[in-house]
Amino acid sequence: MKKVFVEVLVQYTKEGEQIPVSLTWEDGRNFSIDKVFENKKAASLKVGGQGIRYRCRVMGKDVYLFLEEGRWFMEGK
Amino acid sequence: MDRVILHCDLNNFYASVECFYNPAIREFPVAVCGSQDLRHGIVLAKNYIAKKFGIITGEAIWQAKKKCPNLIVINPNYSKYLRFSKEAREIYGKYTSLIESFGIDECWIDVTESTKIYGSGEAIANEIRQRIKEELGITASIGVSYNKIFAKFGSDLKKPDAVTLITKENYKKLVWSLPVGELLYVGRSTKKKLNAVGIMTISDLANVSPTFLKGLLGKWGETLWIFANGMDETPVTSIGFENIIKGIGNSMTTARDLVNNNDVKLTFYVLSESVAERLRKHNFKGKTIQIYIRDNELASLERQAKFSNYTNISEEIAVKAMELFEINWKWQNPIRSLGVRITDLVTADTCIQLSLFEDENKRIQLENLENCIDGIRKRFGHFSVQRALLLKDKALNGNPIEDNVIHPISFFR
Repeated sequence: MKKVFVEVLVQYTKEGEQIPVSLTWEDGRNFSIDKVFENKKAASLKVGGQGIRYRCRVMGKDVYLFLEEGRWFMEGK
Repeated sequence: MDRVILHCDLNNFYASVECFYNPAIREFPVAVCGSQDLRHGIVLAKNYIAKKFGIITGEAIWQAKKKCPNLIVINPNYSKYLRFSKEAREIYGKYTSLIESFGIDECWIDVTESTKIYGSGEAIANEIRQRIKEELGITASIGVSYNKIFAKFGSDLKKPDAVTLITKENYKKLVWSLPVGELLYVGRSTKKKLNAVGIMTISDLANVSPTFLKGLLGKWGETLWIFANGMDETPVTSIGFENIIKGIGNSMTTARDLVNNNDVKLTFYVLSESVAERLRKHNFKGKTIQIYIRDNELASLERQAKFSNYTNISEEIAVKAMELFEINWKWQNPIRSLGVRITDLVTADTCIQLSLFEDENKRIQLENLENCIDGIRKRFGHFSVQRALLLKDKALNGNPIEDNVIHPISFFR
């Protein structure tokens, strides 16, 4: 598995929380994030990255989106 | 009530972080080593696979490669390690405010009060261990005990990713059987002295009379006896990786051996500028200078002297360092590393006794000049303004402030 950095559109709440709204995959396809379930600090052992992990629903599937030092990444195949 | 103290050790810290970031190398022997070009080429950390090949921390890269030709050598990435260290501290901070860093990868944590909320020390240790694994992707071993020394033993007994409990009931079994060299502050020469009188294990040490040890080792003897018997009562102080400053110094292993006074002078200027800049940054002046010299056979020597007045001027520091050096070094061997340290500190704005025989106005001018240079360097980078002397040999020049980020520390402070 590889670490895929993605472009993310983020909504800032009044409290300063960041909620990802949509993301652009490395091939340029754009996906909207239907729902963010939770976020917590976590590490991805699979691809080697650590930060705040958002569990999101994208196209009916649950995926993890990580925010690591200001950059967003996902666990790619 | 006994205290509940955890000692948390991040296993193979540098190597673990590197392996975490690069899944492709996890199955191979990996060592994080200093830069070979700058002659810092020793093993700083290694993973368990490399350990199986018998690679030890502190040996040269070529020695390690001899034991394991396929060793993957990685240069250290300190900002990454500092970030992980900070993240780990944040996890500890969920349980208590009493966290004392001991180096970048070790911490003592006093959770005596928190046991009322979070359960026993062991339960808290397991929770912390689990969180470090999940949130940071690396492992920790944690010792739980009623004093700092035994807690540290605990974290060393079982690795990686484990919790060891050392209580008043089991310490004799777990700690006392270990060789005396394992005890904190029993180094090579203390160990030799102890072994010479037949003290081989920690239990031997604990069972001789403290007066005897005092006779043998001086004040230290008593301290070690207290350590061995689990009577150490040093508190866990909530100090971070940056702590109370008693002295400011820099040392440098130079890119090539120093062979004459000019080389040494140049290096002293590099170090003095760095030390002076750091003194000013922390608003200090110091009265005592110490120099440290190590030759290419790794024999070292330290000398110190006093200034006539408190100073943070690089010129004064360098001149004094050179003076000390010329008295004490006879060029038996080329020099491998040099250090300059200023101690006996006061805050820079303290009132000082002016001298009738020195030009005090000149000193004020020099101070202003150096402040001005600090300003320029802050805006345009360290190498934007330099002494002409330092241009003579590019290899020896450097900026120790940026090159050194992690400093050794002591148990007693």
